[in-house]
Amino acid sequence: MPGFFKSSIGRKVAMALSAFFLMFFLLQHLAINILSVFSPETFNEVSHFMGTNPVVQFALQPVLIFAVVFHFVMGFILELKNSKANGVSYAKNNGAANSTWFSRNMIYSGITILAFIVLHFIDFWFPEINTKFIQGDWSGMLDGVDGFRYHEELKHKFVSPIRVGAYVLAFVFLGLHLAHGFTSAFQSMGGTVGRKKAAQNIGKAYSIIIPAGFIFIALYHHFNH
Amino acid sequence: MNLTLKIWRQKDSNAKGQMVDYKVTEISEHMSFLEMMDVLNEQLVNAGEEPVAFDHDCREGICGMCSMYINGEAHGPDRGVTTCQLHMRMFKDGDTITIEPFRAAAFPVIKDLVVDRSAFDRIQHSGGYISVNTSGNTQDANAIPIAKQAADQAMDAATCIGCGACVATCKNSSAMLFVGAKVSQYALLPQGQVEAADRVKNMVAQMDLEGFGNCTNTGACEVECPKGISLDNIARMNRELMKASI
Repeated sequence: MPGFFKSSIGRKVAMALSAFFLMFFLLQHLAINILSVFSPETFNEVSHFMGTNPVVQFALQPVLIFAVVFHFVMGFILELKNSKANGVSYAKNNGAANSTWFSRNMIYSGITILAFIVLHFIDFWFPEINTKFIQGDWSGMLDGVDGFRYHEELKHKFVSPIRVGAYVLAFVFLGLHLAHGFTSAFQSMGGTVGRKKAAQNIGKAYSIIIPAGFIFIALYHHFNH
Repeated sequence: MNLTLKIWRQKDSNAKGQMVDYKVTEISEHMSFLEMMDVLNEQLVNAGEEPVAFDHDCREGICGMCSMYINGEAHGPDRGVTTCQLHMRMFKDGDTITIEPFRAAAFPVIKDLVVDRSAFDRIQHSGGYISVNTSGNTQDANAIPIAKQAADQAMDAATCIGCGACVATCKNSSAMLFVGAKVSQYALLPQGQVEAADRVKNMVAQMDLEGFGNCTNTGACEVECPKGISLDNIARMNRELMKASI
């Protein structure tokens, strides 16, 4: 089995496995964040649970970080290997004749998402790590805020139109990445289900609903702060 | 029709190539693309110039030799055809046509439009066969029951002519449609089961060794394949390798 993951197909399978995990993560992330619009109290409760539960913090979070890092690093490695396999470029190449733009440019949508994740970590993850692990404050409270601090912090982040613009742009690229990635992951795992009309429609719906949901949340808080 | 041709000229594998413009006149729309190339070469020979080297053999879409990248597409703008089956009626009078060799690091240019596709042969040698005793006591293949669907899918996979259009059109120069077809044509049949695990392992290892890229499932290869080889064959190869590796 170790030899399998050194092969080109093994690397594809590894990319697909990390993609499935990340797609599931996005779904639960949206499910929790959408609560910030409809029920700030519930959003605070769930956020506090996710932020303080030891299973989430010390088991799932490291797995998530590993999956994110692995997906990006392997993506870059495969891109470099593929560039090397190409040789001389064509003088004229009509890629649009046989494939979609987003399927051919996963690396660019991926780089945009990576840039977004850096911004997202600066906005949310690093402050959380600082509060909990450096300052040792696991209370979820903030001076001047009734109840838990999470909803207030979220709203505050979306005051800046530049940040909201950056988030919206990143989510559009996330949608393009998912539009190909969802069905591609099934194909890499050896499944033909990704080529069935129903699965393709689910993939399209997923790649629209996930980014549209996050865009809605960002815009909602921007216009209601 | 009168045409301008932009053709990749390269003296040999070590030379630096370049695009060169040519004019051809009075081309019939009923000509095949290779016949148009013949007209150009006659013109060049008569003018004392070196004709354009290009691969061709059967000229009926079976041998997989003609390997041109025409106007940015493997085998040109038509679907389900090789270059020899591409007709000039697909173009218009006054068109400029760009003609290049199939590009991939694993398909080095030998001369002009001729590329070395022996990497495919080496992949086939590594496992694209079944071992059958042909001493005279060979079992009649028709005596082995095979489900109609499996037989049809195996036959579809076996129609791959190894032309290399999948590699040429893939943004990653991946050979997985070719290897997937060659693995599938045996994986679907009882005769292929004995060597199934070694076959897929060896063929994928040789494919990687030859320097082909990784498939990213854009589906371009399936669209450009002159024989309509399905992406399902790549999925089957992936399953076969997983099964063989566990």
